[in-house]
Amino acid sequence: MKPLLRRLRRELFATPGDALLSVGLIALLGSALVGFLRWALLQAEWAVIQANSTLFAVGRYPIDQQWRLWLLTTLLLGAAGLSWGMLRAHPRSDREGILWPRNDRLAVSLLVLIALWLPWFLKLQPGIQARWWALVAMLIGLRWLAGRFGRQLPSKLKRAIPLLWPTVYLLGMVLISGGLGIVKVPPSEWGGLLLTLLAASFAILLCFPLGVLLALGRRSELPLLRWASVVYIEFIRGAPLITLLFLGQNILGFLLPNGLAPERIWRAAWVLTFFAAAYLAEAVRSGLAAVPTGQVEAARSLGLSYPQALQHIVLPQALRVALPAMVGQFISLLQDTTLLSLIGLLELLGVARTVMANPAYLGKNAEVYLTLAVLFWCCCAALGLGSRALERRLDPQTIPSR
Amino acid sequence: MPSTPPSIAPAAAPPWWRDRRVVPWLVQAAVGLVVLVAVAFLLGNLVRNLTAAGLLLTWRWLGQPAGFDLAETILPFDAGMPYWRGLLAGLANTLRAVLCGLVGATALGTLAGMAAFSSNGLLRGLARVYVEVVRNIPLLLQLVFWYFVVFLTLPNGAAAFQLPGVVLAKSGLYVAGLAEGLRWQLPSLVNGVWQSPIRLSVEFAALLTGLIIYSGAFIAEVVRGGISAVPKGQWEAASSLGLSWFTTLRQVVLPQALRVIVPGLNTQYISLAKNSSLAVAVGYSDLYSVAETTLNQTGRAVEVYLILLGAYLGLDLLISALMNALNRLVQIKER
Repeated sequence: MKPLLRRLRRELFATPGDALLSVGLIALLGSALVGFLRWALLQAEWAVIQANSTLFAVGRYPIDQQWRLWLLTTLLLGAAGLSWGMLRAHPRSDREGILWPRNDRLAVSLLVLIALWLPWFLKLQPGIQARWWALVAMLIGLRWLAGRFGRQLPSKLKRAIPLLWPTVYLLGMVLISGGLGIVKVPPSEWGGLLLTLLAASFAILLCFPLGVLLALGRRSELPLLRWASVVYIEFIRGAPLITLLFLGQNILGFLLPNGLAPERIWRAAWVLTFFAAAYLAEAVRSGLAAVPTGQVEAARSLGLSYPQALQHIVLPQALRVALPAMVGQFISLLQDTTLLSLIGLLELLGVARTVMANPAYLGKNAEVYLTLAVLFWCCCAALGLGSRALERRLDPQTIPSR
Repeated sequence: MPSTPPSIAPAAAPPWWRDRRVVPWLVQAAVGLVVLVAVAFLLGNLVRNLTAAGLLLTWRWLGQPAGFDLAETILPFDAGMPYWRGLLAGLANTLRAVLCGLVGATALGTLAGMAAFSSNGLLRGLARVYVEVVRNIPLLLQLVFWYFVVFLTLPNGAAAFQLPGVVLAKSGLYVAGLAEGLRWQLPSLVNGVWQSPIRLSVEFAALLTGLIIYSGAFIAEVVRGGISAVPKGQWEAASSLGLSWFTTLRQVVLPQALRVIVPGLNTQYISLAKNSSLAVAVGYSDLYSVAETTLNQTGRAVEVYLILLGAYLGLDLLISALMNALNRLVQIKER
């Protein structure tokens, strides 16, 4: 314990001024923590969350159709477990020491703890609780199976695993909205976390190619392309998102022939996409600027055409450099979905407003907003963690294995 | 035997669609055509639909009486005044929030950014936690939290929070100031209602708190990046000259860090200006919320949108111009 004490002394009590500051901060933080815990454990009434957990999760999605969402969750968790295990089974050959997640046992135990605690906290019905446990067990089981036997799979099958994600996503769209033989659920009945994640993932997926094209256009030597991209990017970046959502809700109907304007939720999702594309373009542009011109010249002199040089030489390097900035944009895009509540859509914050308008839960703002904050914080922090892990995996520098 | 030069067959001229003099023009023409057709299509629809709805572009409605009141303005406004006065009052409210937010966020962000280099581990950790918590929670959520959870649950009357010269109550934030006749007047309780020369509404206070704390976290990161870009030798040299931590930071490190910080601040200031439009969620009458009310009453979507767009673009350009001027001041003067 000696080194710990010494470190504490160096960090907190190096000089009298530091010591005074530390004591003051400890007192302040301690009293704040005690006050918060007293409120959270004794005064707060979490019934508002417990009674409305379904509403927060999926909004007014018809109850008899919710099996589709369970199926989608199962597929998603299954794909996650498989990918996790495969990533474990195939560490980069040049670095044995660094795996992802770095501490697998910690990740699994955290998952199990959450799976045990959350249903209890939300006071879910025993049947639903059992379902969640089964899902988590499946996730961990698949991760174990893929991690144990993933190396022995034929390489054709291995290459198919990344394709799992787009497949599940498209299937998920069908499952959520219906059609192809199952009952249609109109977008006006989607809500809560479902709508938040759907809008965010839709915008993230579509803004990516758009942003790359805009960034290439802005760096192009052709003046028309360059100016068109610059005007678009600066026009979007100059206006607050809420005015663009306003444009989508109130003016898009005038811009398209009668009856062609999509449903309000899709309009908002498209606005989010076009908005995010402008910001993403700037992130990608900084990545493109980081690729030395010699790279293109070398590729061209090897006989690659310009599109080939872009695809094989420039973009892989540029996107790797731009990755942190791009994920930063994705995180703020996820946060920006809360603005949909201002135009009357029932995403997480919108659902929260309707719940708190219910006389039974009047004045329970603190509980609801705190829950949402924790939820958003976890999602954003997870995106950030994933980005750092991906950065490490793509880092071209070879780190000697430990 | 002298070698005859191998005869090189003259390369066949590439077909015109692969000619490097032609292809760029083809690409540009194609893009230009697509953009033109798209714009023409959208504008054509716009004109047709607006004509059908009887809403063709006109600015005459701006002179009609607005018929709505604004809760708080710094420019005088009431329901009998025309729409343009209302929009102007909203713009003034936006400018007020942005200006106060800029000052507050800069102060908080600088302090938090400097704290990341403190010798005190606890303070460093606190600065880190502040940035990580605030940046990962949506601003809108933070705003409604400050408004509904903090400011609207404050006590009123004698139970209000009282500091020397400042009183924080549910009815507003009361600050001491100069009253009529240049008298210094403290907030006072008259018949259960607080009175003071300067009163801020809770809506404004909540908006300001949210904006300052949110932007402060981003500015803290900019400041931290700028300070860490200054070579470590500068710190060591200053401390070997006997300068204290704070003097080193103020006299040696910050002037050099400013070169990196100012361009980053520009981005953050612009996003603060745009984020101020979320005031509509806490009931502060900023430009956007006035514009929304105007739209609901007049139905003039396109005109209202053009006004919004022009105002925010102008605000962004103004901030950019000022920051660029500042940037020229802090750059190294090469002689």
